[in-house]
Amino acid sequence: MVDAELQADVTDIQDHEGFLKGLLHDPVGVAGAIMIGLILLAAVLGPLVAPHDPTMIYVDARLAAPGGRFLLGADELGRDVLSRVLYGARISVQVGVTVVAFAGVIGVTIGLLAGFYRGWLDGILMRIMDSIFAFPTLLLALAVIAVLGTELRNLIAALVVVYVPAFARIARSATLTVMQEPYLEAARSLGARTRRLLIKHILPNIAAPVTVQFTIGLAYAILVEASLSYLGLGVQPPAASWGSMLATGKPYIEFAPWVSLVPGFCIMFTVLGFNLLGDAMRDTLDPRLRTVQDG
Amino acid sequence: MIRAIFSRILAAIPVLVGIAIITFFLIRLIPGDIVNVIMGQDYGDPVFEAELRRLFGLDRPVHVQFSDWFTSLLQGDLGHSLRTRRPVVTEILDRFPMTLELTLAALIVSVSIALPLGIISATRRNSTADMAARLASLMGLSLPNFWLGILLIMLFSVAWGILPSGGYADFAFSWNHFQYLVLPAVTLGTSLAAVTMRMTRSSLLEVLGIDYVRTARSKGLPERIVIGRHALKNALIPVVTVIGIQAGGLLGGALVVEQVFSWPGLGTLVIRSIEQRDYPLVQGLIIFLAFFFVLMSLVVDLLYLYLDPRLRRRG
Repeated sequence: MVDAELQADVTDIQDHEGFLKGLLHDPVGVAGAIMIGLILLAAVLGPLVAPHDPTMIYVDARLAAPGGRFLLGADELGRDVLSRVLYGARISVQVGVTVVAFAGVIGVTIGLLAGFYRGWLDGILMRIMDSIFAFPTLLLALAVIAVLGTELRNLIAALVVVYVPAFARIARSATLTVMQEPYLEAARSLGARTRRLLIKHILPNIAAPVTVQFTIGLAYAILVEASLSYLGLGVQPPAASWGSMLATGKPYIEFAPWVSLVPGFCIMFTVLGFNLLGDAMRDTLDPRLRTVQDG
Repeated sequence: MIRAIFSRILAAIPVLVGIAIITFFLIRLIPGDIVNVIMGQDYGDPVFEAELRRLFGLDRPVHVQFSDWFTSLLQGDLGHSLRTRRPVVTEILDRFPMTLELTLAALIVSVSIALPLGIISATRRNSTADMAARLASLMGLSLPNFWLGILLIMLFSVAWGILPSGGYADFAFSWNHFQYLVLPAVTLGTSLAAVTMRMTRSSLLEVLGIDYVRTARSKGLPERIVIGRHALKNALIPVVTVIGIQAGGLLGGALVVEQVFSWPGLGTLVIRSIEQRDYPLVQGLIIFLAFFFVLMSLVVDLLYLYLDPRLRRRG
């Protein structure tokens, strides 16, 4: 869906300055950027500002209500919820960024090559991508984890596998559009080599739709990481992950709702931030939407 | 038309084969090999090891393993569960109705929220209602469904005590059965509703700008008929696709939501089989769910042909 939406609009993306300006004028995009900034801040500064060690158990403070020594309360073992969500931000951002970085590089390379060379290479690469794409996201991630085991790097590997096809499809369709541009023909007739064509001419011009996919991909990678950790198949205890905090807090929702409310809110806040920014980026890139909004 | 249908069905075949190949090799990616993993502390017992190798056919070359496995797959034989010793197909078919029921209920919930909101949002663009609906849909997209599930349990089960917090009662057309379905279906349906609502809105907005809608308006038709009979009919085509694509995503969502509400469907079975390292069952479930997902997309494609006559001619 994203693929098709972006395909038509690649021609409009060479104006990077205009893109940024448009984004800054969109309150939705600004709100998203601020929210993401806050989460990044928490991820970077978490260990400095966290009032307690996230794995430290205060036996006397089990399920302590928010306030006093524990600003956001304590969990079922007596660990500080605030410190744990701050460290959790670190894990979520780390997983999200690593996943989209790897999936982005692999996917964009595949998409570039498929779109540039076409023919049998395109056929084979894209059929493989289609087959991976045919799995429901969470199911495929679960399958990879079932095979490799529940470790953080396996979780990341699983999510990379899941997200490569989305990048490949977008990079391919953007490449196909760019390939028809006169400037590419000009570069070619001037004798530019394949590597130069790919890196200097095509890559910068498919950057915008790929960036949108990065932003939206981050939102979903964080959401899927949280889901897997909730299911007990992602980040393993005692590490503080938002998803696993939610799962361990669930039995206590009757008398200590904060244990699951706080991490759940953090997941929603982060994913919403990336979604808002991604949405604004897509709107800015899509001339059709712009006319709809203006008209 | 028949040619178009056939070409759609033929196009699905390579994807299904691709899924089978990926699943087959995925299970063989297990570090060490599956036999060592299953044997655990019994490692070193050569009789047991040889038996397991024979059971998985690991004593034969890979291409023979694959062709045997693929032939059994085509015959509907997915092997036996390591834990219960029952055929994997039986295990899956026992649980499938529950997941199907949950998914269908979620689909109904989502469409009944999304269509009205999307229409209001598009026809009253930039009004307060539009802004509220768009914000709600973005929130819905960003809400992790397990968290929404927990919030609903807090409200409807813990605070008000009007709905059970989880469980299942055998299927019957009675409140006793449906009371268990309400919260899981709403939880699962909400994220789908968010996507469908956005698609309905943008698709309807696009159609409303097209000439034939202007013609319908300028010949004095009431707005109700312009929207209902002219615009909506065409705007719904992409919406159907999104619902179809998302219906597959619902399966993934069901895996999590079932866990939240202890719903005894395929989701809880997937998690259990992974935890117990019951690989034949894991493999069977992955194949079954992925095939089901592809078949749903195929159905949507065919529905698309029915809805959009232009595609029939192109074949």
